[in-house]
Amino acid sequence: MNDAGTIVELRRGVRIDRGRTPLLAVDQLSLEFRTRSGIVRALENISFDLKRGETMALVGESGSGKSVTAYAIMGINDEAARVTGGSIVFGGLDLLSADRKTLDEIRGRELAIIFQNPRVALNPIRPIGQQIADVLLRHGNVTAREAPDRAIEMLAKVRIPDPKRRAAAYPFELSGGMCQRVMIALALACEPALLIADEPTTGLDITTQAVIMDLVAELAASQHMATLLITHDLGLASEYCDRIAVMHAGHIVEIARTADLFANPRHPYTAKLIAATPGGVDRLDALTSITGNLPDLRRNNLPPCRYSERCERRAADCAEPPLPRRALSDGHVLFCQHPLPEAP
Amino acid sequence: MSDAEPLLDVAGLRKLYPVGARDWRGAAASRLHAVDGVSLTIGRGETVGLVGESGCGKSTLVRLLTRLIDPSDGTIRFDGADVGTVPARRFGRVPQRAQIQMVFQDATDSLNPRFTAGRSIADPLMRLRGLSGAALRARIEEAARLTGLPPELLTRFPHQLSGGQKARVGIARAIAVEPKLLILDEPTSALDVSVQVVILQLLEDLKRRLNLSYLFVSHDLNVVRLLCDRILVMYLGRIVESGRAAEIFRAPAHPYTKALLSAVPTPGVSSRERRIALPGEPRSPVDPDPTICALYGRCPKGTERCRSEAPALREIAPGRYAACHFPYEGAVSSEPRLAVAGSR
Repeated sequence: MNDAGTIVELRRGVRIDRGRTPLLAVDQLSLEFRTRSGIVRALENISFDLKRGETMALVGESGSGKSVTAYAIMGINDEAARVTGGSIVFGGLDLLSADRKTLDEIRGRELAIIFQNPRVALNPIRPIGQQIADVLLRHGNVTAREAPDRAIEMLAKVRIPDPKRRAAAYPFELSGGMCQRVMIALALACEPALLIADEPTTGLDITTQAVIMDLVAELAASQHMATLLITHDLGLASEYCDRIAVMHAGHIVEIARTADLFANPRHPYTAKLIAATPGGVDRLDALTSITGNLPDLRRNNLPPCRYSERCERRAADCAEPPLPRRALSDGHVLFCQHPLPEAP
Repeated sequence: MSDAEPLLDVAGLRKLYPVGARDWRGAAASRLHAVDGVSLTIGRGETVGLVGESGCGKSTLVRLLTRLIDPSDGTIRFDGADVGTVPARRFGRVPQRAQIQMVFQDATDSLNPRFTAGRSIADPLMRLRGLSGAALRARIEEAARLTGLPPELLTRFPHQLSGGQKARVGIARAIAVEPKLLILDEPTSALDVSVQVVILQLLEDLKRRLNLSYLFVSHDLNVVRLLCDRILVMYLGRIVESGRAAEIFRAPAHPYTKALLSAVPTPGVSSRERRIALPGEPRSPVDPDPTICALYGRCPKGTERCRSEAPALREIAPGRYAACHFPYEGAVSSEPRLAVAGSR
């Protein structure tokens, strides 16, 4: 059910329904990169959805496909990427079949992204205030006269001290934490329905990380914005996210509510990842490593479960397709032949 | 010399950089206090953690200890010898140069891309030990064996190695010349958790087998806690708290330490409620007012006294030091049998 108030009319007749449930539905998405050294099967049958106001994390080692998933939603993957199956529906609009001009209306307005390295993502030769004004002018129904003041308002909103003076600053004049705040101001300038945060605090100090993540969480809550957090840090994900999806070698292996995932990890890889993360234990030898490496995704003979070659619970039937999808209570989903027993 | 004497004994170390406008003689009017009166010891076989935000002077301190730059003031005694007075330019030729080695943050950036792994490990052996031929080869293979680097990888270039393997090369290169002190600058921050555990356990194992001392510089307090015996917390060029790692983690005494610890995300636990936020930015390190506490203005405790009298680092419990007029109670009174030195 939709009430008319949730539908946003954009230019060129593009309509986004912010009230639709789910707001974002990624269904059976498969994507590959065609490279000189072969076809890299970067994503295979990825499915998840995100409701309005919900925060979800994609967690995994580097090379697991977290950022590729985020870029696929934004439609900004490399030329070599090809979607080979599945769909991405955002607010009632099929993003994969939408043309470039339609996407241009949505991106930056309803769909925004924060990149990992703000200093690289920001334009180095344009004052930060102007960069925010640019977004507002393109999407925000703001006149050229109003734009500078609105940009300063945004800088104040992300708590940049002395925003009026700082609006004239260039990215190199600001610290990493400040640049990331500018990046957030840029992404949130048009109050998007969905924010993708790709490792937003990697490389920042731990205290700055807390401030930045609190800021994103607070703005998300006040605007009912959905957030997809891409991170390799389980601790960070558990602190800020309602749900966590664990990725491994281009698969989502398990999705669960945050508390359930930690209390009751059922996929062997999830359990290993939790056991390898420092924080919960007091002694170094209580941490266990994850044996083996990610499989080479260019291989033709990838097993149905791409973790099976590293897995201690592997049995003969792990090599036989299909990979079973197991749905437990409360949206807890995992893909495994031999899941761990339920915690008591 | 006796074993009771610490391996490294640093007293009153300062590094001031001239900044800003210069007068007619070319002398700068202002001084940036990068390291401002740091005293510390590292015992034989001890691991000391150095934590603090970026810009607090950690890197400058490390560069002073590795004698890449000359101190403005203070003494550095290493293994009974005064190394602080040797000019940085000539330090490369003194025997202590081989005994203080460093493992850098990013294994990819710190390895010469045109050197094979074996050549990278050979470099310090040739320069500092003058080894060649069979002796050199034997020493390289020994270092590779100690760090768990398969000998067949020694002929590979950095781009042909995984992140974990590159980290091993970086460590092998540092221990090849048989140092006594290893300075580790965020050695695992670029690694995935699965590999991080293995490298941390390797470091712990090497320390025991080779009787090394570590200075472990890191943002990741979860890792610091697992690896370190003692911790030094640095803020604006000064050490604001030091003591045994377990005790600092249990009950931080300094408000800055408390804020730092409360920002650490712990998997499966939400710490947002117990977080202490430090508003604003650190004070300027240029010509700091010696009568104001460095944290004044951001500190939740800030009183009149903090503004008129900078607190000195004092012993608040045996082996526990804090630079605060009002250290948190738990740290002071946790063990009632102890007389609290210097308390009011």
